[in-house]
Amino acid sequence: MRPVFFIPLALFLFFAGLAAYMLANGRFETVPSGMVDKPLPEFSLPPAVDGLPGASQANFIGGEPKLLNIWASWCLPCIAEAPQLERLKEEGVEIIGIAIRDRPEDVADFLSRYGNPYTRIGADDISELQIEIGAAGVPETFVIDGEGKIRYQHIGDIRADDVPEILEILEDVK
Amino acid sequence: MIRAFLIFLFAAIAMPSAAQDTLPPAPYAYKQLDDPDLEAKASDLMDTLRCLKCQSQSINDSDAPMAGDMRHQVRSRILAGEEPDAIRAWLIERYGNYVSYQPEVSASTWPLFAIPALLVLIAALILLRRLGKRRQEERA
Amino acid sequence: MIAELGLAALWLATALAFLQIAAGVLGLRGDAHSARFAVYARPAAVVQAFLAVLSFFLLLYAFAVTDLSIKLVATNSHSMKPFIYKLTGTWGNHEGSMLLWVGVLALSGGLLAGMEKRLPEKTMSATLAVQGFVALGFYAFLLLSSNPFERLPVPAAEGTGLNPLLQDIGLAVHPPTLYVGYVGLSVAFSLAMGALITRQVNPDFAKVMRPWVLFAWVFLTLGITAGSYWAYYELGWGGWWFWDPVENASLMPWLAATALLHSVSVLAARDALRTWTIMLGVLAFSMSMLGTFLVRSGVLTSVHAFAVDPERGTFILVLLALYIGGSLAIFAVRAGSIAEGKRFTFTSREGALVFNNVMLSAILAIVLLGTLYPLLTEAFDVRVSVGPPYFNPAGAIFAIPMFIVMAIGPLLRWKDDKPKRIQFELCLLAAIAIAVVSLVAILGDYAILPLLGLALAIALGVAAFLPLRGRKLSRVPTAVWGMVMAHFGVAVALFGMASESAFTQERLAAVSPGSTEQLGDWTLTLEGVEPIAGPNWTAIEARVLAARGNEDPIVLTPQARDFWAPAQATSESALITRWDGQLYAVIGEQTEDGRWQLRVWWKPFVTFIWYGGLLISLGGVLSIVGRVRLDLKRRSAVRKGNQRREDQAKITGKVQVEPAE
Repeated sequence: MRPVFFIPLALFLFFAGLAAYMLANGRFETVPSGMVDKPLPEFSLPPAVDGLPGASQANFIGGEPKLLNIWASWCLPCIAEAPQLERLKEEGVEIIGIAIRDRPEDVADFLSRYGNPYTRIGADDISELQIEIGAAGVPETFVIDGEGKIRYQHIGDIRADDVPEILEILEDVK
Repeated sequence: MIRAFLIFLFAAIAMPSAAQDTLPPAPYAYKQLDDPDLEAKASDLMDTLRCLKCQSQSINDSDAPMAGDMRHQVRSRILAGEEPDAIRAWLIERYGNYVSYQPEVSASTWPLFAIPALLVLIAALILLRRLGKRRQEERA
Repeated sequence: MIAELGLAALWLATALAFLQIAAGVLGLRGDAHSARFAVYARPAAVVQAFLAVLSFFLLLYAFAVTDLSIKLVATNSHSMKPFIYKLTGTWGNHEGSMLLWVGVLALSGGLLAGMEKRLPEKTMSATLAVQGFVALGFYAFLLLSSNPFERLPVPAAEGTGLNPLLQDIGLAVHPPTLYVGYVGLSVAFSLAMGALITRQVNPDFAKVMRPWVLFAWVFLTLGITAGSYWAYYELGWGGWWFWDPVENASLMPWLAATALLHSVSVLAARDALRTWTIMLGVLAFSMSMLGTFLVRSGVLTSVHAFAVDPERGTFILVLLALYIGGSLAIFAVRAGSIAEGKRFTFTSREGALVFNNVMLSAILAIVLLGTLYPLLTEAFDVRVSVGPPYFNPAGAIFAIPMFIVMAIGPLLRWKDDKPKRIQFELCLLAAIAIAVVSLVAILGDYAILPLLGLALAIALGVAAFLPLRGRKLSRVPTAVWGMVMAHFGVAVALFGMASESAFTQERLAAVSPGSTEQLGDWTLTLEGVEPIAGPNWTAIEARVLAARGNEDPIVLTPQARDFWAPAQATSESALITRWDGQLYAVIGEQTEDGRWQLRVWWKPFVTFIWYGGLLISLGGVLSIVGRVRLDLKRRSAVRKGNQRREDQAKITGKVQVEPAE
């Protein structure tokens, strides 16, 4: 028996252990943004729908922490998320929406169906801010503190049990 | 009833998981830069950036709207005179090493570079042991 | 009834696999009592082959008649689908492809048991036991977690259809070919384990193993070639290899099999490289199983991923641990006891083969590392991507020396040779390589790897024929022709890859009907765009007139298809093939102002990649033919000799002592 002949076995066992771990724990499939804890990038987007103003970086500076919600009327999970945003609005949270690749009439239609939790909606027709802020998909929600710094990223739709956590973070970053 | 349910189930499986938008693509999503040198630069870069919404495709190979928007970013930044490496770094800052198919030495990727170096050593060692030794023995 | 018959055949085959293992293990004991039972191993394997293949054909029949009471058919087929795709749909899904895999596995086990008479009986028993054990695992996998014959409580009214990307003739060829390759390696694996267990690692064993390795390798080569071409024209972005995990999963067994092929030849001819051959035999099959695991468990992100299911992944992982872990453990314990075999110097053909074996293994290690690395970092919640910019240069570190040695190796003599003897050839090849590099460097500014690739390809193309120099061509053995052909195929493929990567031109434009675009020396005119309908899709089809120089234009009809069962959009490319390259056109969306997105590539010599692949496989086939013919000749000579001796004995009336061979 020579130790060198045990090397393939050792390598294999390492792989098998890793694969078993991955199968047991599921894959890590999100792409987190590297912009968390960095200042919100400079941007200025035109209104996405009649009756609501557009959004810019300046809207986040000063005052209470706000939510920046990346969404779209064509996105199915966004429908599931709408009631939670409504609840957050009722708790007094200001939510600024960024509509990704959307048409004004579709946005208006979505808001009339599922409610309007937003104070402003910027139209991001070429995913400019989405890329700038490091959001890989729709919907995603960012917590921005009063100094315009990104403090937290929520990937995917906000479920009912995520709401308390988000409220807590909003409180923490005040 | 079961049958109706199954048909519905199959239909649901077949349905695409996320709806698509209907907006036209960004200006530079499907338009090449006029300067062939700049376009070549952009194209080489786009071949090595990952489409974040796809299963293992570069943004140059994908028809996903977001890939188109990323191509627009790359082309317009190249046109504005930015270097490909700077654009790659800009994207990595946002999406991590995942966005780039060209791993760079970092805390999470160093083994990708250390192991090939080790392999060169191991290969040299094996060859010396198997081949070098014999030669000496035969000479002796 | 059909489904129940198929299922029953599978269960029976499983029972026979048990018998095969028991008989094989008893055969290992070697006493007279056990030997009586051991003779059942071979028939068990043969009948099992029949049952497993029968089971597959029954499923094929169910797909042919679209039996919607079977869940698998209902979820993967559709009554309106063209007949040929109904058939290919049989293996276009997890369960069906696993049944195909099992059918081929049992068939090769049956062939091995029925035809191979050269090995010592003990080694054969051990081999059959291992083969039965491998088969048993896959039967269990099918029956317990992926039963292809499961019935629906109520038959479905209509099927869901097959992924439109898979509704292509490429799919009819590509996966089954790869499976034959993967599964052929299982025989090499069983033989290697049999020889290791009974300590019979010698040239005789290598001669038995070689045709199986060659056979598997030919099919792997064909499968990868077909798969690459399929992805090239079907996925619609003109890429033929993206180092995607699934692509790598098929490349890794090929790399291991290529190394094994050369090492088993050394063992057969020179009785050297014993442990190395066994290690590669285990490695090659490990890579096939690993590929299956990666493709089906969904632990890696791939553009070709299908039938992903973590539960099945767990099952395959258990099988992996049993077979690969088990065999590597036996290897670790036993390998030390195998004598090293004959010796040779660095400048000998064995030396060159060892060098390239190490290089191939290193490339395999790079591919394995790059493929699995994202899995490793994900365990720490970090995601990374490893793609062409990593694989190409990292692989080239080892591929470049390998190609150089590959050009020279076949010119060297066995055991020991002097470099001086082949100095003319060495100078010639170096001159060619340098000439190509300087010529291309003058022509334009190209990246270093394609440049080196071109030079090596041309030098290698010449070198491939040098072993024939000074030999009478009619007397050259068929197997040598096989080697020449395969090595030339590598040169051709390498030339295609380097040329595609260096010289490809691309034009992407929004064009209105009637307007003209220029790409290289091609002129492209969009004549019009029309909607058309197929059996299970609708599409818009562009009519593009493509003319090269002053030639008459040729009509290209790229389509953007929308399938409705299941709903999915695909892009059908249109190609013009010339001897020196391919024009590749895709039609995209309509822009707001009514123009159409047209994407066209001119890819010089891209077809050489697949011609090369075909040449390599053809070389393998020639090699098999040559070996088998030689073997048959030898056998008939031995038979004739025996006959003569018998006759003589009859005439002289006394038994003569047979001379030792």
